[in-house]
Amino acid sequence: MATYVAKPSAPTQDKRWKLVDATMRRVGQQSRGLIETLHTVQESFGYLDEQALRYVAMSLRVPLSRAYGVATFYHFFTLKPAGEHTCVICLGTACYIKGGPQLLETAQRDLSVEPGETTPDKKVSLVTARCIGSCGLAPAVVYDQDIQGKVTPQSLHEHLQHWTHHDN
Amino acid sequence: MTTEELDQIAAAENEARERFPHRVNVCVSAGCLSCHSQSVKDAVSAEITRRGWGERCQSKGVGCMGLCAEGPLVSTTNDRLYKKVTAADAGELLDSLEGPPVGRLHCPTDVPFFQRQKKIVLENCGAIDPERIEDYIAAGGYRALLQALSEMTQQQVVGEVTTSGLRGRGGAGYPTGLKWSTVYKAVGTQKYVICNADEGDPGAFMDRSVLEGDPHRVLEGMIIAAYAVGASEGYFYVRAEYPLAIKRLKIAVRQAERLGLLGSNICGTRFSLKIEIRLGAGAFVCGEETALIASIEGKRGTPRPRPPYPAMEGLLGQPTLINNVETYANVPSIIRNGGEWYAQIGTEKSKGTKVFALTGNVRNNGVVEVPMGITLREIVFDIGGGIANGKKFKAVQTGGPSGGCLPTECLDMPVDYESLAKAGSIMGSGGMIVMDESSCMVDVAKYFMDFCMTESCGKCVPCRVGTYQMHRILTNITNFTATDQDLAMLEELCDLLKHTSLCGLGQSAPNPVVSTLRSFANEYRDHIHHHKCAAGVCGKKAVEVSG
Repeated sequence: MATYVAKPSAPTQDKRWKLVDATMRRVGQQSRGLIETLHTVQESFGYLDEQALRYVAMSLRVPLSRAYGVATFYHFFTLKPAGEHTCVICLGTACYIKGGPQLLETAQRDLSVEPGETTPDKKVSLVTARCIGSCGLAPAVVYDQDIQGKVTPQSLHEHLQHWTHHDN
Repeated sequence: MTTEELDQIAAAENEARERFPHRVNVCVSAGCLSCHSQSVKDAVSAEITRRGWGERCQSKGVGCMGLCAEGPLVSTTNDRLYKKVTAADAGELLDSLEGPPVGRLHCPTDVPFFQRQKKIVLENCGAIDPERIEDYIAAGGYRALLQALSEMTQQQVVGEVTTSGLRGRGGAGYPTGLKWSTVYKAVGTQKYVICNADEGDPGAFMDRSVLEGDPHRVLEGMIIAAYAVGASEGYFYVRAEYPLAIKRLKIAVRQAERLGLLGSNICGTRFSLKIEIRLGAGAFVCGEETALIASIEGKRGTPRPRPPYPAMEGLLGQPTLINNVETYANVPSIIRNGGEWYAQIGTEKSKGTKVFALTGNVRNNGVVEVPMGITLREIVFDIGGGIANGKKFKAVQTGGPSGGCLPTECLDMPVDYESLAKAGSIMGSGGMIVMDESSCMVDVAKYFMDFCMTESCGKCVPCRVGTYQMHRILTNITNFTATDQDLAMLEELCDLLKHTSLCGLGQSAPNPVVSTLRSFANEYRDHIHHHKCAAGVCGKKAVEVSG
């Protein structure tokens, strides 16, 4: 039997928790709003850590296991902080048959990381996407929110070099 | 809001528009935006200001014009279309408004790509500003809603949709009228409408184009649906990967609320509807209706056995109507022009038009809308312009991971629900990927199996384990290490998954394998017996797709 638990206070003084609280208020502090809330956390903090999951689970009165289950079920949520830059390689069907796999190989070789990982210096995260919907421009790569179409291994290599060898 | 008031808004909008002798429309859909169309639009606006043409020329951002691969696209007065425009071309474009077109950028519109299409869903895409409700109203928008609310009973609306013969555009093709009438008749304290905008098929982006180019049309269709079935709450379930579509939908909902076309007592009637937007979080299985409902309820998106169907017991156990973006987008036209008008388009069992995202190794990549019953050859070779780089056509893949690959023999087949199913594929949501001889069919089958394996929610064993085993065998075939026994096992697994999986994802996961086994069996044999891949794709290290 669930007992009444007072709403916990935010884990830290960080102002971003106010955004999270606002979303939870908007969904009426109901468990239905779990995914919405996690979206806000990820938008504000960049990823979902244990502290955030505990706070959200407690606030919406769902078991931590359910919050963790949801966070790991959906590909969009990440439990690890991303690097300074993110390189998303689209492997949708159109990109796949137009050279997406070669782009991925290039990026893996250049960065020496597997998809889903971040370089040890926290500079670049390499991510693959199922389809970003820019099929008309296949193969597509997203460099930090900026979609580039008709990417070649050479242009990808140059872009990654620029990231890893410059501070910006 | 009354029809007269709508007319006033439309008249004011048209009058404002006619004050400008010239217009420059720049596509600001995601495809063109990623080719920097925003800078083109800014440059055009700046150039207009610089020349003091503020009174003469209007520039606006519009939705998708279809030919995405040639972006950024710009259209101007006199129905001229320009492709691959850059910010530096702004001056030249404005110079050409009163003279001959800029030859270097001109894109002829009297070609089959534009002439062979029939636009219902996309009629306003590329013509109106998706962020202004007035523009949609001037194009005849929200008339259908008012007509339904003021002149038709709920049964009449359902009846009109039934007469139209419209079938679900999400892929399965369930008759929309039948679904609406089930929800209408269902008893519940509260009914819901949901718009499935979780376009997860890799290689499909039609729904995104519609949402980005004409969000009000989808919204209007959904409000009419809610009225017809008696729902008072609605949800848009949109992919989080489509930030622009989400932004424009939010604007559309807010604008409709402001004009009293959404909210309490819509247009002074007793009908009220509240619509919220829910973001998906990247799970393909959430395109399945029961999984989608679970996701809206804030749970993991796992499907449950049907029946009971969502029409009887859906969101929070209440009767729920779920339709796809394109299905709703057809509704305003059906109500305005009548179900019989719609039923004249298409074939006997598949009515109306279908929007396809035509991509892959085809010359004209983009979004097209064609009447049902058109042949694949017309789509690929006339509209699509044939294969790029002078290579040979091999197959066209429809229906994404649930569909199949159709070989040359199927090219003269009409595109409708039944014919595609008979040929071993499905209509699907509308992704159409053209492949030439440089694609290996076994590799393509493996690609889709990898997708299904990654996307399997894990609830039922046949799908969770079956997709893994099938992927393992396909990987072995592409590595040239498989035997005939593996092939037999693969066929057996196809059958098993199809008949024992819980939801559509698992049941249709074997389709790409079944269809390629049927039409390209020789490729499988070449890989197994001769360790040869004609396309030269296989044999290398397999590339894994991670979530």
